[in-house]
Amino acid sequence: MELLLNAIVSGLLLGGFYAAVTLGLTISFGQLDIVNIAHPAFVIVGSYVTYMLNSAMGVDPILSGVIFAPVFFVVGAAIYRVYYASFERTGQEALSGLAFFFGLMFIIEVLLIIIYGVDYRLVGAPYIGATWQLGPIIVPLRMLVPFVVALAMTACVYLYLSRTFAGRAILAVSQDRLALRLMGADPIKVKQVAFGLSIATAALAGALLIVIGPVEPSMNRLYIGRVFAIVVLGGMGSIGGTLVAALILGVAESLVATFYGPSWAPAVAFGILLLTLALRPQGLFGRY
Amino acid sequence: MGGATRGLVFWSALGLILLLGVLATKTFENAFFFFAGYAILQATIMAVAWNILGGFTGYVNFGSAGFFAIGAYTSIALVKALDPPMIVPLLVAALIGGLVGLGTGYLTLRLRGVYFAIATLAMAIVFETFVNNWAYVGAATGAYILTPEAPFFFDSYIEFLFALILFLALMAIAIARYLKISRIGQGLAAIRDDEIAAECAGVPTLRLKLVSTSTMGALMAVAGVPYPFFVTYVDPLSAFNLVIAVNAIAMPMIGGTATWYGPVVGALLLGSIQEVATVTISSEINVLIVGVLLVVFIMVAPQGIVGLIQDLWRRLRPHD
Repeated sequence: MELLLNAIVSGLLLGGFYAAVTLGLTISFGQLDIVNIAHPAFVIVGSYVTYMLNSAMGVDPILSGVIFAPVFFVVGAAIYRVYYASFERTGQEALSGLAFFFGLMFIIEVLLIIIYGVDYRLVGAPYIGATWQLGPIIVPLRMLVPFVVALAMTACVYLYLSRTFAGRAILAVSQDRLALRLMGADPIKVKQVAFGLSIATAALAGALLIVIGPVEPSMNRLYIGRVFAIVVLGGMGSIGGTLVAALILGVAESLVATFYGPSWAPAVAFGILLLTLALRPQGLFGRY
Repeated sequence: MGGATRGLVFWSALGLILLLGVLATKTFENAFFFFAGYAILQATIMAVAWNILGGFTGYVNFGSAGFFAIGAYTSIALVKALDPPMIVPLLVAALIGGLVGLGTGYLTLRLRGVYFAIATLAMAIVFETFVNNWAYVGAATGAYILTPEAPFFFDSYIEFLFALILFLALMAIAIARYLKISRIGQGLAAIRDDEIAAECAGVPTLRLKLVSTSTMGALMAVAGVPYPFFVTYVDPLSAFNLVIAVNAIAMPMIGGTATWYGPVVGALLLGSIQEVATVTISSEINVLIVGVLLVVFIMVAPQGIVGLIQDLWRRLRPHD
């Protein structure tokens, strides 16, 4: 019973963190229809810049994630310009756009290997290593802090998209591009901001990732399945759906890891993904 | 030149290349030649197979390494259990790879194309997790394969493997060419250009797509069958290597996806560059080159090398 309880709690904490990793893809894939399979690779880059700032100057990892978010925003906006000019404008995003992000993912991974090697890197912070004990439940702070930050980030993105003018423009572009153009807004500019935002979330998600545990360059592949499973299960573009789906995946993985062994955990996400695609492709909260 | 004559020329060329390849095993002494040649031809099969779906119908497969590993591990499991002649794992792997291709396609191809791309990636990782936990084929630590005696008239086993993979590559090219120039090819092209219009015009789109995914899966699995004998030690990391998947996409994209020979051009060129670069520079830089070339070609020359040459040809002979 205690084992089960602990597995569920650590699964929820893990799931919250997964929501932070997926948030960017919910925006790019779910709302903008840009299949950015390089998103987890950007998260890993976020981990490495955090590691750099932390090991060189002792900056707190989460603060460093916040510092780098604007930089990532600019990079994301620039990538969208390239993507738009090369593929979207000519209607080639289906084949070439996918291959473009696949190549980008591969380049990022190899560059990280060339620069940092394949060793695991980690950061130091006062909350890493400490644990809280609530009755029978053990809560490591290195899981709790990312969980709280992830929830805060999800709430911020949700409020931005639903309450601000610019955020509503992003939702509008995901629903009807032509109508937006008729209203006099430029969908390209809106999408550029949105894609920048999606990459910016990767900076903070990467910081959370390296707080949770050591990071190495090829880890992004494990996250590809997770993030896509969450986006599809969450109903393609719904922020609330993303959070719920992430929590479900976190708990499912944690239960499988506890009762069947951690080596089976990577298959959970893909199992969920394939089942969702086969049985309910519109996801839990999808509309169509 | 009529279709029949072209066919005759094509098949004679294939026969001649196979003959030259077998003769080469009798004349060249340097084993490196066969190792490099094997690697390039293996990549050629993967590229040609990828293009049957990716180039002809426009659906992206990211899980090439998964299909390849299906072949490699079918081979290991069968050799451990029965030690049959090579033809048995080749046929079994083709069957399994084809069925996995069919299943993945059936689950996702009725949805948007992007789901197929993600599902193939998912398939590869589910299968990798499965192999990582399957003790019979060595699980995560890997499995060793003893090199058998060289069969027929070959002097060493690598020479036999070279001739075998050459034969398989030529078969893959012939199958891809058939799919491209037959009525099936016209249907596939219609799907690529406008799937809804094709469906309305009476093209059985789902059935044609499933023919493509199954053929692709079978060919990729076949490419993986001799691999354990080639490297003699296989672990999940090498069999599911991302480089295999990236090459399978990069080679057709760089060679040109619109024709059956584009992937061959890309594979021979990129494969040779890689063999040279791995020896002379380093293997990381080598894979970096592949990634950068892929992205540059997609952005600057989406029709690939074959497309560039066709453009040049048209410009040089404007009145044709």
